[in-house]
Amino acid sequence: MRATIRVYWRLLVAGFRRQSAYLMAAFGGLVANTTFGLLKVAVLFATVRAAGGELEGYDVALMSTYIWVSQGLLGSVNLFGRIDIADRIKDGDVAVDFLRPLDVQAAAITTEVGRSLFNLIPRGIPSVLIGGLVVGMALPDHPTAYLLGAVSIVLGITVSAATVYLMVAAPGFWLVETRGLQILYMVVSGFLAGLFVPIWIFPTWLEVVAQATPFPSMLMYPVDIISGRVDVSGALLLLAVQLAWLAGVGAVGQALTRAGRRHLEVQGG
Amino acid sequence: MADGLTLRARMRPYRAVLASRARSQSSYRASFALDLASSMLVGVIELAEIWVLFHNVVELGGLEFSQILLVFGLADLCFSLADMTFGHCDNLPMYLRAGTLDVFYLRPQPLLLQLVTSDISLRRLARAGVGAVALVAGLALNDIAWSPAHVLLLVLAIVSGYATFAGMFVWAGGVQFFLIEGAETTNAFVYGGRYAATQPASVWNRPLWAVFGFFFPMAFTGFLPALWLLGVEPPYGMPDWVGWCAPLAAVWTWTMALLSWRFGVRHYQGGGG
Repeated sequence: MRATIRVYWRLLVAGFRRQSAYLMAAFGGLVANTTFGLLKVAVLFATVRAAGGELEGYDVALMSTYIWVSQGLLGSVNLFGRIDIADRIKDGDVAVDFLRPLDVQAAAITTEVGRSLFNLIPRGIPSVLIGGLVVGMALPDHPTAYLLGAVSIVLGITVSAATVYLMVAAPGFWLVETRGLQILYMVVSGFLAGLFVPIWIFPTWLEVVAQATPFPSMLMYPVDIISGRVDVSGALLLLAVQLAWLAGVGAVGQALTRAGRRHLEVQGG
Repeated sequence: MADGLTLRARMRPYRAVLASRARSQSSYRASFALDLASSMLVGVIELAEIWVLFHNVVELGGLEFSQILLVFGLADLCFSLADMTFGHCDNLPMYLRAGTLDVFYLRPQPLLLQLVTSDISLRRLARAGVGAVALVAGLALNDIAWSPAHVLLLVLAIVSGYATFAGMFVWAGGVQFFLIEGAETTNAFVYGGRYAATQPASVWNRPLWAVFGFFFPMAFTGFLPALWLLGVEPPYGMPDWVGWCAPLAAVWTWTMALLSWRFGVRHYQGGGG
């Protein structure tokens, strides 16, 4: 058990360190996050004001927190649908991964989470700081929001990695080309995760649709918790929902990996 | 006549390449169908992002939803068409890193033309379709006092908008020669520009107008021409006819684009292969 934990810890650290090599990319991401953030500020603030200063519990200050925290998480939460293991499944390298004394799914997700956690340093924290300094934002009234929020962010990152594994990488055992799935994931996940507009201002039917998917667990719920939009009991409920999605998505991903291993055809030789 | 023949002869390799790309994309039917569907969904969701806001308020930046449909339709149609033809410039960092760009230098065709014709994403037609439908809906739902001038501006706006977005892709491509790993920096303005272009730009503050109104003239691809068609006053005391400057915006973008491309190509020293 201890040895297993150590292996995955090393994978996590390796992912983290690998990402640290791409500082220029992180800077580019920060520029993009900030630019999009300022555009979101313009249009979402105008919406809140047009609604009379308050919209589904959002005032301008809380909307600002939502915008900058979600922009900051964008480098870490996988809403693009790209994961290295998808390429390895496609070109057959995964056959080598199956020979290793490691679970293929868990190893892929752990490495991905490590990379994502690193991105919080050059992209996540600066986005929130820039937003806070340039635009201003609301802070939660109770300090537990930060603690629960941090847990929720890590959970959200993990749910996103596990979902990309399930929806984009694992089908690769059966399909040769998964690029279409990746694009589909990218299109749907951002919208339903609440990246452009909080899902709470969706029409009710669309809000229900969003909540029936794992996507809000990646971004919307962590933002709700750390911005103090929900109180402690609300936060604990959202954390439970995130955990349930992680368990569900992880279990189906594991089943697909096992079935895929029996089905795996390596093309070429 | 002789000139016409040589031009045709000169275009033949490009036509052959493009036709082969089109065939290769549609040959995997299931994958192509999924591509088309995803691509259409991109357009639908982009529209939904705006519709969700108008679900909560009647008017945003002085425009109603039917009016913003016109802005969205113009901008998104132009962006999708530019993305279909010039979006491939986005792959430049990949070629630069892998050193495969050098292959292009071995062929007797200009680099930029080769890059543009090296791929044409047919699937993006589906997305352009969403923009076109929004545009037609916007034109039908609003009371436009049609005159020959209105038709002329509509055509000018579409052509200039397409050219402006295409110029943005080329500008970004030129900058990639310097950035390589930092491709996302230009995404902020190319894709951020698309996002900006479909908004009611009257909600922007002055710094945003400086960046997305004029420097990257996104407001000229949809918002400002739409205002003239609708007979709505532009914000910040701009003159009524500012929407007619869309072609100037296209010329300005292409000036930047070609300069950036030229600097980029001159800076490039090969992949070392």
